[in-house]
Amino acid sequence: MSEQFADFEGLLRRALTPVEPPAELEARLELTLGSLVDLAAGELESWELRAMRDPRNWARPVAAAAIGSTAAVGLVLVRTQRRRHKRRSESHGAVDLVGRTLRDLRREARRVADDVF
Amino acid sequence: MATSAQEREEKARLDDAFSALYKAHLRDVYSYSYYRVGNHHDAEDLTEQTFLQAYRHFERAQRESDGRPLRPWLIRIAHNLAANYYRDRSRKPQTPIDDAGVISTPLTTEGLVEDRDDLRRILSGVEKLPDDRREALIMRFALGMDNREIARALGRTDGATKVLLHRAIRQLEEIVRADEGPTEI
Repeated sequence: MSEQFADFEGLLRRALTPVEPPAELEARLELTLGSLVDLAAGELESWELRAMRDPRNWARPVAAAAIGSTAAVGLVLVRTQRRRHKRRSESHGAVDLVGRTLRDLRREARRVADDVF
Repeated sequence: MATSAQEREEKARLDDAFSALYKAHLRDVYSYSYYRVGNHHDAEDLTEQTFLQAYRHFERAQRESDGRPLRPWLIRIAHNLAANYYRDRSRKPQTPIDDAGVISTPLTTEGLVEDRDDLRRILSGVEKLPDDRREALIMRFALGMDNREIARALGRTDGATKVLLHRAIRQLEEIVRADEGPTEI
């Protein structure tokens, strides 16, 4: 053990040095609190703070993003599926049909991406 | 309407007071959260939730504080949220606390390496303490809170807090010395 160890409380103070919050957290918090300040007290009661303050729901934004991505993929597939009869009637053989389907998929993916992002 | 104007004025006063509280204690809440959960990501979440909840109950807290500092109240919110965090997720810190402040400073001399090892052993020992002792040490040494503030944050008497801190330091010393192994003669 080093000699400095004799001053145990001094070392403890240095080990548990205060941690500066990241700048992004400060910016985010100030934005959130600024929005809250604009809300009337009555509105606060019905706000979803109740759900947000529960740590069990902290993963919710992540889940929402995941669900959003899944929903976007689903939307692309549904929209592409809707045009299947038209593609079939216009296509010249299986290879042409696959090509048309892929083109439709690309187009719908671009549209959904534009809507979502 | 006079009442409405008064309400707006009162809300503006409260918001200003909360803004001052936030600016004064963001680092305290973040430091406490960081040492409780052991990583920056969850510490950010915990800090954010603490201030959101504090804002919601700020008016009552200010009324009941009777002019006393509100830092213990803020830390108590963070303490309760951290307790829920572990209870609900049935977990303890997943990563050792090792990248805060001094510990991550680049080292150049043998003395500093030895010093750094001491600090690392101390941090490792802090993690092994019972929750209440660990929290008391975080409040005292990371946040610089005095006995009375810690007592208010933990909901204990001043006397009980003094004993808690004393025992926490003694236990930590024992843990660190045991971790170091037998002394060579």
